Amino acid sequence: MNKFLTLRNIRRIYSVFFFGLFVLLLVITDFRNMKGYEVSLFLELDPLISIAAFLTSWTVYKGLALSLVIIVGTLLLGRFFCSWICPMGILNQWISHLFNKRRPVDDYRTNAYRPIFRIKYYILTLLIVLALFGSLQTGLFDPISLITRSFVISAFPALHYSGGELYIRQPVFSGGLFIAVIFITILFANRFISRFWCRVLCPLGALLGILSSRSLVRIRRDVEKCTDCQKCLRYCHGGCDPHAELRISECHACMNCIEDCPEDAIHYGLAREFSSVHRPVDVNRRRLIETALTGIVLFPMMRSVVNAQSTFQHDVIRPPGSLAEDEFLRRCIKCGECMRVCPTNVIQPALLEGGFEGLWTPVLMNKIGYCEFNCILCGQVCPTGAIMPLSLEKKIGSPPFHQPVKVGTAFYDRGRCLPWAMNTECIVCEEVCPTSPKAIWFETTEISLRNGNKKQLKLPRIEPELCVGCGICENKCPVQDRAAVRVTSIGETRSPFNRMILKN
Amino acid sequence: MPSQHKAREPLLTRRELIVKSALTCGFAAGAGALGYLFYSDEPINRRKEKIYTFKDYAIAQSNVYPAFVVVRGKVIPQMAAAALDRLGGISRFINPGEKVLIKPNVGWDRQPEQAANTNPELVGAVVALCREARASEVWVTDASINDPYRCFARSGIEDAVNRAGGTVKYASENDFVLTDLKGQALRVWPVSRFFHDVDKVINMPVVKQHSLSRCTIAMKNWYGALGGQRNRLHQDIHTSIADLAAAIRPTFTIIDATRVLKRNGPTGGSLSDVAIENTIIAGIDEVALDSYSLGFLELDPSDIPFLEIGEKRGLGVIDWASLHYEELNI
Repeated sequence: MNKFLTLRNIRRIYSVFFFGLFVLLLVITDFRNMKGYEVSLFLELDPLISIAAFLTSWTVYKGLALSLVIIVGTLLLGRFFCSWICPMGILNQWISHLFNKRRPVDDYRTNAYRPIFRIKYYILTLLIVLALFGSLQTGLFDPISLITRSFVISAFPALHYSGGELYIRQPVFSGGLFIAVIFITILFANRFISRFWCRVLCPLGALLGILSSRSLVRIRRDVEKCTDCQKCLRYCHGGCDPHAELRISECHACMNCIEDCPEDAIHYGLAREFSSVHRPVDVNRRRLIETALTGIVLFPMMRSVVNAQSTFQHDVIRPPGSLAEDEFLRRCIKCGECMRVCPTNVIQPALLEGGFEGLWTPVLMNKIGYCEFNCILCGQVCPTGAIMPLSLEKKIGSPPFHQPVKVGTAFYDRGRCLPWAMNTECIVCEEVCPTSPKAIWFETTEISLRNGNKKQLKLPRIEPELCVGCGICENKCPVQDRAAVRVTSIGETRSPFNRMILKN
Repeated sequence: MPSQHKAREPLLTRRELIVKSALTCGFAAGAGALGYLFYSDEPINRRKEKIYTFKDYAIAQSNVYPAFVVVRGKVIPQMAAAALDRLGGISRFINPGEKVLIKPNVGWDRQPEQAANTNPELVGAVVALCREARASEVWVTDASINDPYRCFARSGIEDAVNRAGGTVKYASENDFVLTDLKGQALRVWPVSRFFHDVDKVINMPVVKQHSLSRCTIAMKNWYGALGGQRNRLHQDIHTSIADLAAAIRPTFTIIDATRVLKRNGPTGGSLSDVAIENTIIAGIDEVALDSYSLGFLELDPSDIPFLEIGEKRGLGVIDWASLHYEELNI
C-alpha cells in the first residue's frame, strides 16, 4: 500500500474536508448563495438532534432522517463521527494539538482514561429524560448546534468586523459575547485536558459511545504481539486506553494507535485470534439513576414558571412559520441557522425573554432589523421544523391563501409619535408598510399649535386585521431608541390563544 | 543560616552607573515629553473627516434638441434608444472613457410587475447604451430600504445590469462619506461614495404614488443617494427633496412610466395597484419631467410644494407645456 495513504492520513483528509465543508455551508447560508444546497447538513446528520427531537414529538422530520447514516455507521464502525466528521471535534483536536507543547510523558498522562469522562453520559441522560417529557434542551450541549451557534453569533460577525466582508451590514447579536465566551472557554479547556469537550462534556459523543458499544469493526490489539510500550497512547484522540482493554465507547477510531504501534499489533477490523477484550461503557449506575431523577424532578419545576408558554410574552415574537410555543420548544435546537440566513439581522438569540427553556431560541428584535415581507429563508434552513418552511404565497396571504402569516401586531405609542405628540410631519411607518392595502393608514387633521396657528397633520393609525407584525415600521421609526410604533406578539398566527380581536 | 535564594546583584562600576542613570533619566524625559506633546483640553483627539461636495454632472445646455422626449411603446430597448437619439444621442451626454453611475429606484424587495422599482429592462437598455458610448465603467447603485441583495435580485435589475455589461454597486455601511449638500434642510449628510467616484450620473426613477410627498419620481429619487438617518427627512420632505435635487445635478434623467404604481406607494405589492402606461420620458430638466409625469398619478403641480421650491431655486420649469418637447410612438 502507498506509504502516504495510511488510515491516519485518510482520517486527516476527511477531517479537513468535513471541517471545510461545515464552514463553507455556513458561509453560503444566505440569500445569494444558498440556492438549493443542504446548508443544514451537519445538523441533520447529528443523531442527538434527531433522536431527542424524535422523543419530544415522535417524528423524524425531513432531513433529520440523514442522521440514520451516522447511526447505522456507528452501530457498525464505532464512534468515527467524532474525529472524522464532527467540526466541533476536529476543531478541538486541532486546538489541543496546536496550543500545547508537551513532553511525550505528558501526552501519555493526558491521553489516559479518567473517571471524569463519565460526565458526558450523565449530561446525555439528563437531556434525554427532559426530551422524553417534551423539553428539548439538547441544543445547549449538542456540539453541532453549539459550534453553529458560536460561528453564526460570534465568529462570523467578528470576522466581518475585522474586515472579512462577509455581510453588507455589520451583524450584531444580543448577548453575543456570552456565546463567544462559552465557545472560547471550551476551546481553551484543551490546554488542560486534550479534547476536554469531546471526552468530558459532549452528549453526542456519549450517545455515539453507547451506539458503538456493540460495533463489529473496532480497533483491536493483538495481545501476543503487544509489548506494553504504550506508544499507542501518545496521540490517542478519545483517551480510550488502546494499550489495555480498549474502552470502545470512548474510541473515536482516529487510527493513530495503528500507525504509532512499533509492533504492528493494532488493527482496525474484526477480531482475530489474539485480539484483546474490550471494556463496556463506564458509568456509575447510581449516578445515572440520580441524574434521571434530577430530570424527572426538574421538568415540572421548569414548566411551572413564567415563560412564553404559561403567560404570553409581548417580546417573544417568533420568526414567521414558527410552531406554537409549546411545540416550538419541542423542536428548536438553538442552532442559529435562522439567525445566519436572516437578511435583516432581526432574528436574535433570546436571553430569558421566553423563560430559561427559550434561551438562545430565535426571537425578532425590530430595533435591529425587521421581517422582510417577501422573505421566507428562515423556514427553509430550520433543520427541525421549529420554523416551518412557508411558500411566499402562504406567508403573504396571496391566493390560494386568504390570510398572511402574522408574527405579531404593531401598536402606536402616541406619547412618542412625532405627529401625535410633537405636531411634526412624519409617517415613515406608512411609507414602508409592505402590505397592500397598507396596514398603516393616516387621517389628515387640522391641529392648533401653541402659537394659535393651524396646521394640517397626517396622524398614523394601525389596521390590526391587515398588520402582519413585520416590524419595519418599528425599525424605520425616527424615534430610534424606543420606537413610537412597536410590535408585540399578540395576534400571531402560530397561537390560537394569543389573540385580541374577536374576528380573526 | 544564609538564605536559600542567594543570587546577588553585582556592584556597579562608575561607567555602568552613568549609563544606567542616563537610561532611566531618558525614559523619564521621554514620558514627560509625551505628556507635553499630547496635552490637550479636549478629551478625545478626533480625526477630521473629509467633507465632500457633489460634482456638477450636467452637460452644457443646447437649444438644438428638445427639452424632453416622451416615448410610448412596448419594446423598451428601442424606446430608450429613440428617446436618447432625439435628445442628441448618447454621445452628447457620455464621452468615451468616462465612468457612469446610474441611479434607478431599487428601494424594495419587489418583483418588476409590482412596479415598486425601476423597470429592469429599461435599466439594462441604458447600461447597454452607455457601453455603446464607450463608457469605461457603468455602475448601478441605490441605497435600498429593504435588504439590498434582495432588492437588486428580485427587481431583476442585478441580472439586467450584469447582462448589459454594467456593475451593480451595493452600498455597504462603509460606502457612505460625509458630503455637504448646501441645502436649507440638508447640509452635511452621508452620501454613497460612488457618486464622488464617477464622471456622469443618470437618474432613472419610476413613477409612484407616495403619501407624504404625493409622488416619487425624479427629484425624490435622490433619497437613494443618502445613508444615515434619512427617515428624519420626512419631517420637512419638500425642502429635503428640493435640496437633494439642487445638490445632485444629473447628466440626464429617464423616467420609467412603463408601469405606474398608483396606490399603496411607494411599496405597492399588489398588481391591482399598478397601471400599465408603456411610456418613458427622458430629458434634463427634472422639474419639468416630474411635473409632466404627475399626469400618470392624476395630480396637479400645485399639489406638489417641492416643485415650486425647485422652480424658485432655478432647478427647472414647472410649466412643461411651455417647453419644446417631442412625443413619439414606437
